[in-house]
Amino acid sequence: MKELFSEMRGAIMSTLILAVVCCGLYPLVVFGIAQVAFHDKANGSLIVDAGGTVRGSRLLGQQFAGEKYFHPRPSAAGNGYDAANSSGSNLGPTSQKLNDAIKDRVEAYRKENNLKDTDSVPADAVTASGSGLDPHISLHNAGLQAPRIAKARNITVEKVLTLVRANTDSADLGILGDAGVNVLQLNLALDK
Amino acid sequence: MQTSGWLQLTLFVVALAAITKPMGLYLMQVLDANGKTWFDPILRPLERFTYRLMGVKMDKEHDGKQYTLAMLLFSLVGCVFTYAILRLQHLLPLNPQGLGPLSEHLAFNTAVSFATNTNWQSYVGETTMSYLSQMVALAFHNFASAAAGIAIAAALVRGISRQSGKTLGNFWVDLVRTTYYLLLPICVVFAVVLVSQGMIQNFKAYTTAKLTETYSIQVQKTDDKGQPVTTNVVVMVQSPKLDGKGQPVMTNGVAVMMEAPQLDAKGQPVMTNIAVMVDQTVDTQTIVQGPMASQVAIKMLGTNGGGYANANAAHPFENPTPLSNFLQMLSIFAIGSGLTYYLGRMVKNQNHGWAVWSAMMVLFLAGTLVCWWAEAKGNPIHQQLGVAVADGNMEGKEVRFGIFNSALFATVTTDASCGAVNSMHDSFTPIGGLVPLFNIQLGEIVIGGVGAGLYGMLVFVVLAVFIAGLMVGRTPEYLGKKIQAYEVKMAMLSLLVLCLSILGFSAWAAVSDWGTAGLNNQGPHGLGEMLYAFTSATGNNGSAFAGLTANTPWYNTTLGFAMLIGRFLMIVPIMALAGSLVQKKISPPSIGTFPVSGGTFVVLLIGTVLLVGALNFLPVLALGPIVEHFLNLQVPGKLF
Repeated sequence: MKELFSEMRGAIMSTLILAVVCCGLYPLVVFGIAQVAFHDKANGSLIVDAGGTVRGSRLLGQQFAGEKYFHPRPSAAGNGYDAANSSGSNLGPTSQKLNDAIKDRVEAYRKENNLKDTDSVPADAVTASGSGLDPHISLHNAGLQAPRIAKARNITVEKVLTLVRANTDSADLGILGDAGVNVLQLNLALDK
Repeated sequence: MQTSGWLQLTLFVVALAAITKPMGLYLMQVLDANGKTWFDPILRPLERFTYRLMGVKMDKEHDGKQYTLAMLLFSLVGCVFTYAILRLQHLLPLNPQGLGPLSEHLAFNTAVSFATNTNWQSYVGETTMSYLSQMVALAFHNFASAAAGIAIAAALVRGISRQSGKTLGNFWVDLVRTTYYLLLPICVVFAVVLVSQGMIQNFKAYTTAKLTETYSIQVQKTDDKGQPVTTNVVVMVQSPKLDGKGQPVMTNGVAVMMEAPQLDAKGQPVMTNIAVMVDQTVDTQTIVQGPMASQVAIKMLGTNGGGYANANAAHPFENPTPLSNFLQMLSIFAIGSGLTYYLGRMVKNQNHGWAVWSAMMVLFLAGTLVCWWAEAKGNPIHQQLGVAVADGNMEGKEVRFGIFNSALFATVTTDASCGAVNSMHDSFTPIGGLVPLFNIQLGEIVIGGVGAGLYGMLVFVVLAVFIAGLMVGRTPEYLGKKIQAYEVKMAMLSLLVLCLSILGFSAWAAVSDWGTAGLNNQGPHGLGEMLYAFTSATGNNGSAFAGLTANTPWYNTTLGFAMLIGRFLMIVPIMALAGSLVQKKISPPSIGTFPVSGGTFVVLLIGTVLLVGALNFLPVLALGPIVEHFLNLQVPGKLF
């Protein structure tokens, strides 16, 4: 019994001490270093316009449906690109619902971008991402959308593609991950 | 399966191999009460002060029972601590979003989940947890449960390496030293590196951004008091169209159907209330904020896996770049891999340490390649609809990670008992989703959770030498210690408990209304969702086929018990094993001793893992992902 009490004291005191060190000191130290060394990133990589209004985050996708904008991937976060409610669709490979959604999206994508009924469509354009906030689309997807944007804005496709390249995040260290086009940054660049 | 994937896989394995020895050597110092590290000048005084407050004498060691008791008491106090904070979060500070308290069953599930190093999440982080709950109630266990796991592994290794001893070390010393010298220093550096990649670390309220293009959504209309407005309408049903004489109208022998009001027994139309929907313009985006980086660093390093945000490491804040993704995967394996080297050092047989590591790597590579192959091949049903075949299965995956890094992450996170995800396993192809499920069912012994992976694998090592002993007709020995009936019983007990919990709870859910009510998918995939949930909970993994709605009293409670069983009913027999082994003499190797290094041992160990660990689950896997795979291959495809 005496042993039990002495171990119990250890359990309670270690919980309190570790809570102070690991949950108080540690996050505050990281907070201090992060705010000084990487102020912009530690606060959400926000995009702020000339008027001081926050327009979004470089890391988070936003909804775009208009003809003159690049369209992001379908999103299952809240009502679409809800950045306080990240989520994937979680629909499985034999889901009727997913099948129907992809069918509709493929048709819509072909129609919007003036593709033939036999043309295959980039997978990222018709599937929801894991977070529902994917900021990127694939280069292939951007390339197929570019002519539509050029026509709607009455500018050359080359000019659109130049902006696409300028807003492409390539693989880290030249090898890690896949290249992607940042849709929000690209659309804001088009509006400039 | 492109070249870039092969290069990244090579880079990952090389990086892991390179950190294994330094990590192992550092663990030798950390797990020795008198060990020396660079941090001694700063941390020694803090360590001593901690022991004084706790009333712990550094040199007083625990025997098997005392060690287990201390560990259980520590977990119990931690559970209560977290439960209390979650229930009271609305009264506590650091809650700028004004989030309310958690329900009893959700708080129970969450407290157990974090205390057992599972980090199963029945809740949506962004809309449930205040900054205080994230930073204190949850992150506390990210450190504590990881340190406790490492302590148990160290105790088992001491049980194997000590000659005719009694004690296995002091739990409190192992706990405190692991936290201060191992976890904290690495986490500070790691968290800052993650911030440099774009991860957030602040205490601001959520930010509101103005959208470039507004759009409208349908929402429920509410009145002044916030109550939903409803309207009374007639319920319509399909019924046969009748001609003037009251006879059904037929075409080609089939009755023509039409919409008609449903009538009750008295011939009156049936009415129902439905919500009135109105268009609402969305012109802003609410951006989540908070102390994320400090929590994510320990979430990965301690193989906890509990996401700050609902989408976990798929969320662009929680895993901003492919580089952050690479480092997160490496950190999941870092300590577990180092522990195999620690094992080799402690038992003075480094080849044994590397043999265990090699067996793990073979299983790791097999899982990765199968998962990658399946995801790269994609979904034939969707490809028929016009989705590009070369792109693979992108549902639930992020563009910046692509197919390869999603498959690799899924394998790593389930080889270890981490459970963080950078893509949604629920949306993987049947075989791609089978790999993470199967990995957890093996017992997460491929590197494994910090500490848990090593002690889980050592159970298989004991069984492997036992089986080898049976084959050649000698008393089995492990590193000079006789493996007898008691050891084999304890080893088998820890395995059978897992099997019973996974299959028992899954079967119960599958035949219960509460079980099937939570499904997001039907057919074999629905069975997969339930099986994955109880596998993940029992295996203390925490990843999910996340479509399952698990935040219900039934699921929260059953999953809570599955997590407790998976953690503590595994640790107790393993500590009994350690307590028994430590008392044995070490006999010198003879000509008949089965070597625990080299190719034969590696093959035997892998064989034991596959046969003993996996065969139990084959029947249920056949009904779930395997049948789903064949349905998926059919043209035009069977859908549910």
